[in-house]
Amino acid sequence: MISETTGLPDMTTRYTRTAMTLHWLMALLILVVFPLGLYMHDLKLSPLKLELYSYHKWTGISLLLLAAFRILWRSAHTPPPLPATLPHWQQLASGAVHALLYLLLLTIPMTGWLMSSARGITTVWFGLLPLPDLIGRDKALGQLLGAVHENLNYALLLLVLVHTGAALKHRYIDKDQLLSRMLPGRK
Amino acid sequence: MNYLYKSALLSLLLTINPAQALEFNQLQPAQSTMTFGYRQMGVSMEGKFNRFAAKITFDPAKLSSAAAKIEVYLASIDTGLAEANEEVAGKKWFDVGAYPVARFTSTGIKALGGNRYQATGRLFIKGRTLDVTAPLTFQLDGHRGLFDGSFIIKRTAYAIGTGEWADLDTVADDIQIRFHLVVTASPAVNPVH
Ligand code: HEM
Repeated sequence: MISETTGLPDMTTRYTRTAMTLHWLMALLILVVFPLGLYMHDLKLSPLKLELYSYHKWTGISLLLLAAFRILWRSAHTPPPLPATLPHWQQLASGAVHALLYLLLLTIPMTGWLMSSARGITTVWFGLLPLPDLIGRDKALGQLLGAVHENLNYALLLLVLVHTGAALKHRYIDKDQLLSRMLPGRK
Repeated sequence: MNYLYKSALLSLLLTINPAQALEFNQLQPAQSTMTFGYRQMGVSMEGKFNRFAAKITFDPAKLSSAAAKIEVYLASIDTGLAEANEEVAGKKWFDVGAYPVARFTSTGIKALGGNRYQATGRLFIKGRTLDVTAPLTFQLDGHRGLFDGSFIIKRTAYAIGTGEWADLDTVADDIQIRFHLVVTASPAVNPVH
């Protein structure tokens, strides 16, 4: 997009407030739920472990809802176009990474929910709202879903590193305004 | 053939007059279940005991002489998770090394009408004996008598789950014990008409 005032590529066209809120809220929750998943897994059975598993599930289900809402919302709201100065391959790569991130933010919590169902432990959101058990008790399937959940998470970790790395490269190496698109503040 | 004839006769007698004096006294462990339910972080959980034995004498027409002694082998607990099975066998939970058996000894049973009854008794777990009352139903199914009932115990009353587990927000205090006992009438006992 060309700025009307400067006639130069306008990199500061921002995402909307809704997009930014969803982005940073989900980033924050992922930053909580991911290390929590790794940490709780290795604890020996204790009340703390049971609590952390629940907090992990509650946060994860919250992320699932946010992801579903975000994808719906996004389908009705086109994000501001990337600056035309951005190389074509980078535009494609950025689109692919974003699409995969959305996909993982649906499939990771879904596999978590399915795993809990297969293990015979109903997910009760915030200890208040019991979610339906999507599948019956099945030890082997629970095991498998656990492995899928874990591996999808490593894919998520990789993508988040690429995503964050790219944003920081624009900020500190290219020294352009790309990151500002997702940051609140003055124009 | 002889056996078939006998059981056919027995079920005939039962269908003609199910309330007649017939003493149910042979627990069929393979057909019976002893399960429990509790809440963990707000989630309803289930488990079961795989091994238990019972001495039961029950004749619906002679409740005053009915009696039950039920023993549950606590090491046979199945919570659904190997790590949890190990944990609850330990000192903080059932301490099965020192107290391998939980024991219910009836003190009485009264009819509540229809097929409903109420059993009272003493329940021994982990060195403590407390009174319990269990509503139950008794139904005839062919030559089998089916006892179904449940009651709630407080785990803290028996010091089940001490130390860090004493926090009731994680594992709630109420444990519901549910029993489904299949008891046949001993073939040696002749129906009294
Ligand atoms: C975006 C959401 C989520 C993320 C990023 C996430 C991330 C993780 C991570 C990194 C682990 C550790 C992997 C391992 O070492 O096995 C894990 C484990 C686990 N997650 Fe999630 N999770 C999410 C949602 C959920 C949900 C919604 C549930 C259930 C309702 C769930 C249930 C579990 C369970 C039960 C484990 C432990 C598996 C085990 O101990 O074997 N997760 N999660």
